[in-house]
Amino acid sequence: MTPKRRRLSIVLIGLTMLGAAAALVLTAFEENLVFFFSPTELQAKEIAPDRRIRVGGLVQENSVASFENGLRTEFTVTDLEHSVKVVYRGQLPDLFREGQGVVAEGKFEGGVFNASEVLAKHDENYMPREVADALKKSGRWQHATEKQ
Amino acid sequence: MLRDFLEMGGYATYVWSSYAVVLVVLAGMLIASLNALRARDSELKALEERVGGRRQRRNQGRVEEMANDA
Amino acid sequence: MNWFHWFANPARFMRLAARLQPWIMVLGLATGAAGLYYGLFDSPPDYQQGETVRIMYVHVPSAWMAMFVYTMMAVAAASFLIWKHPLADVAAQAAAPIGAGFTLMALVTGSLWGQPMWGTWWVWDARLTSVLILFFLYLGYIALVNAFDDPERGSKAGAILLLVGAVNIPIIKFSVDWWNTLHQPASVARMDGPAIDPSMLLPLMLMAAAFKLYFLYLLIVRMRGELTARRIRLLRLSDAA
Repeated sequence: MTPKRRRLSIVLIGLTMLGAAAALVLTAFEENLVFFFSPTELQAKEIAPDRRIRVGGLVQENSVASFENGLRTEFTVTDLEHSVKVVYRGQLPDLFREGQGVVAEGKFEGGVFNASEVLAKHDENYMPREVADALKKSGRWQHATEKQ
Repeated sequence: MLRDFLEMGGYATYVWSSYAVVLVVLAGMLIASLNALRARDSELKALEERVGGRRQRRNQGRVEEMANDA
Repeated sequence: MNWFHWFANPARFMRLAARLQPWIMVLGLATGAAGLYYGLFDSPPDYQQGETVRIMYVHVPSAWMAMFVYTMMAVAAASFLIWKHPLADVAAQAAAPIGAGFTLMALVTGSLWGQPMWGTWWVWDARLTSVLILFFLYLGYIALVNAFDDPERGSKAGAILLLVGAVNIPIIKFSVDWWNTLHQPASVARMDGPAIDPSMLLPLMLMAAAFKLYFLYLLIVRMRGELTARRIRLLRLSDAA
């Protein structure tokens, strides 16, 4: 084996082992790498009552209700299989709206999720308003709410 | 019209700061790189002149030595 | 492999680069001007994000460059370690500060976009965190290369760090698919075509091309500087001997 060949195989073997190690570590820590849980994932796991978690999904259509002059907001986060009722006091991000993605951070208190922070999550689609309207009109609108 | 454009639908701070940051970093990298290149080029030139001059003298000395030896 | 060796000759490379340099600048300025025109004046606001979508035209090209430059450096590191191409090491060292700059731009513009849209400047989700790690990899590489008295050893240690850190690149790219993140999945590089309207894709692509050309220009300038620095070092050594 020439020195070049030897160095090439060292690098290739090293990279393969590194990749395998990284994959193992990332799989082992998956629980900590996810930013939020979906309502369905929450169904399957036992959450300690005072543990702070994040719930993510879509704001269910027609679920947003505002109280106390907009100081308190209640809405439902859904992944279209299960849903979680959220109560939040505070300022909502500009992108917060029904049918859009949302991530709420807080604790479960008696079946309701008491959020201390609400972040909006947008999807990967970018288009002008006219295009969105035209798509909706022609029935080709594939919104996340209807897609899954 | 111009005001609408500058206001960016109420997001002027965020949009214009983004473009400003990008402009500053891009320009900064160019200026720093060009300055470093210029400084090194002149350093190399000065060094070449000094070393070259010394070598020439050294070589001249050697030529004279050889001449004396002969 | 022949062209590769031909290209690896520093003097020949520098002659070619010097000839290409003005063209790269002209082309880069032209695409950049067109990208800015379409991005700021002649493209519609997004149906959800409004005018903040214009941040995309600088944020996304910066993020692409941050990953592209690192990938290029990792390839250079491999060819330096395996085939001992000195020019590969020069390229990696010259590219590092530019890559760090692009990563910083991606982080800051992303933050300026996240605050109005998501409602936060920063979150520790997998995408944002892995890009921050990329930034530290660039800084770590620059520090490591310069930490040795013997530049050859610095180059080698740096190249190994670059290869180890390369594992972060697929993590950045696929973080949004593998884990729940606040950051949305890819809009352009996806299986069933871009999810961006053509009117917005045009300025994005123009800016991406401009950023790449700008990087090329900067890389040539910095590689010339690095090659000159090495000649200075050699001259000093031979002079002292």
